[in-house]
Amino acid sequence: MIGAWRGGIVDSKDRGVTLLSEGTRADATSFDEAALGRILARHPARQAALLPILHDVVATFRYVPAEAVPLIATHINCTRAEVHGVVTFYEDFRERPPGRHVLRLCRAEACQAMGGDALALQAERLAGCPLGETRADGKLSLEAVFCLGLCAVAPSAMLDGKLYGRLDPATLKLMIGEVLT
Amino acid sequence: MLADKDRIFTNIYGLHDWGLEGARRRGSWDGTKLMLEAGRDWIIDQMKASGLRGRGGAGFATGLKWSFMPKKSDGRPHYLVVNADESEPGTCKDREILRHDPHHLVEGCLIAGFAMGAHTAFIYVRGEFIREREHLQAAVDQAYEARLIGKNNIHGWDFDIVVHHGAGAYICGEETALLESLEGKKGQPRLKPPFPANSGVYGAPTTVNNVESIAVAPTILRRGPAWFSSIGRPNNVGTKLFGISGHVNTPCIVEEAMGIPFKELIEKHGGGVRGGWDNLLAIIPGGASCPVIPAAQCEDLIMDFDGTRAVKSSFGTAGVLVMDKSTDIVRAIARIAHFFKHESCGQCTPCREGTGWMARVLDRMAHGNAQKSEIDMLLQVTTQVEGHTICALGDAAAWPIQGLIRNFRPVIEERIDSFTSRGRTVHAVGALEAAE
Repeated sequence: MIGAWRGGIVDSKDRGVTLLSEGTRADATSFDEAALGRILARHPARQAALLPILHDVVATFRYVPAEAVPLIATHINCTRAEVHGVVTFYEDFRERPPGRHVLRLCRAEACQAMGGDALALQAERLAGCPLGETRADGKLSLEAVFCLGLCAVAPSAMLDGKLYGRLDPATLKLMIGEVLT
Repeated sequence: MLADKDRIFTNIYGLHDWGLEGARRRGSWDGTKLMLEAGRDWIIDQMKASGLRGRGGAGFATGLKWSFMPKKSDGRPHYLVVNADESEPGTCKDREILRHDPHHLVEGCLIAGFAMGAHTAFIYVRGEFIREREHLQAAVDQAYEARLIGKNNIHGWDFDIVVHHGAGAYICGEETALLESLEGKKGQPRLKPPFPANSGVYGAPTTVNNVESIAVAPTILRRGPAWFSSIGRPNNVGTKLFGISGHVNTPCIVEEAMGIPFKELIEKHGGGVRGGWDNLLAIIPGGASCPVIPAAQCEDLIMDFDGTRAVKSSFGTAGVLVMDKSTDIVRAIARIAHFFKHESCGQCTPCREGTGWMARVLDRMAHGNAQKSEIDMLLQVTTQVEGHTICALGDAAAWPIQGLIRNFRPVIEERIDSFTSRGRTVHAVGALEAAE
């Protein structure tokens, strides 16, 4: 657990963007009942386990496959509607696979004050898809996020789980350029 | 200005070891057993005497909250839940505690759990906080390993800490929504009463506290309530983490005394407003849900619960957002309105429909495409949302808009004038839009 931590937030001013390979993620996996069975076996058959189960499902498949919902519901003794409700309620439980890389841009006030608007426009232009969508070739998803809690190093973004503070147009261009090649 | 010796979070910038060894060197886990031996009532009395008010925004007295837990269990277990679902735009203090000083929180959980007869604590960490969760989990693992917590630990009070992981819903920061989410349901707030102290998570007595409230408890007990209450002014005592963001020269998180004048806070820690103090337009003092305070009132503003209340705003979580004169204030508030529209859980009609309605009207006002009479109509709608919902999200959505209209009405009117003078036809609000 401790080993997974490699220092603080990446400050794009200090370090440049060189660490992308660390965050590179696999392509979305297609549904595999055996894999889901292994996830379910790790969790108690209670509704309280639903969020942890869904987190594991997303970690494995990168989204919540529709086929998984009834199996999860049976495991925790809930209706499919209840599981569906939870899946759709939380942002992190995607119902469709995201792009190979996910770039989340903070669109909240502090980042806005520091030029977040221009960055969002630039990101949409460079990525060729609007916020909230995935490129047609599946290489990159753009997402808006409301406050990453990095207001003091605004504007901020998260690329594949890695945080970037004090983002500027040049860094953003580098980041997107690198994931698209 | 707060002296270094009075700081509680001595590693807030992550300059030292955040692990158990480093935390011990900075004073954590020192004499914890003696505190527990002094008894539940002693701990609660000390917390009450310290005058600590909850750091999550509402400012409810922490000691009093702990005392609401039943003294004797009726067979149901008691639970402590720590709210680390910090998602309000502008608020960024708990993250630093989780990343750089997690043992304050872990020790605080043990003490608070003991004081309320709980053997289990859940820490609900926001889904977006990935590294923070890893750090916290590592700190909890270290504490287990050193037998500071867990079964048969050296403190003689069996105690488990479960780090739970949210999934990206702002509303789960509301205490009852958080409990629902812990139970594996949609994060929709519950009606109160019953209050969590009677029937919380899994129907058992539960207390929900903010990360900072719990994390400061061990230091308060070690140094005594008199020390804590000597900082700040009556009813607003102690130290507080302030987050300074927006149009300042050096945005930062800093631990300061409650009741510090706003100007001092910004000049000393924020490096001053971008372009000088005269360039200040307005501030949002404690996260997006607090009404804006115009520059004129910032001059003598005291940063604490009562000081911000005196200018009809609220202290919130002390995440100060500074806006200079380049800010389009109407657009800024329109964005905040969109945020609340996006995060409304959809349970109560006034909030579900009202947040969308307010956001749409504000959007038009940001362009000036509105009638002046709509300003009053908007104000009236905010009062129909405020106070008519199960949780405070409705209020939180209404307050920034009320603050905007109260303080910046001429700006909106001027924009409407310039829009109409350009000869555009005003799209008046009709029954259709209201019903959308």
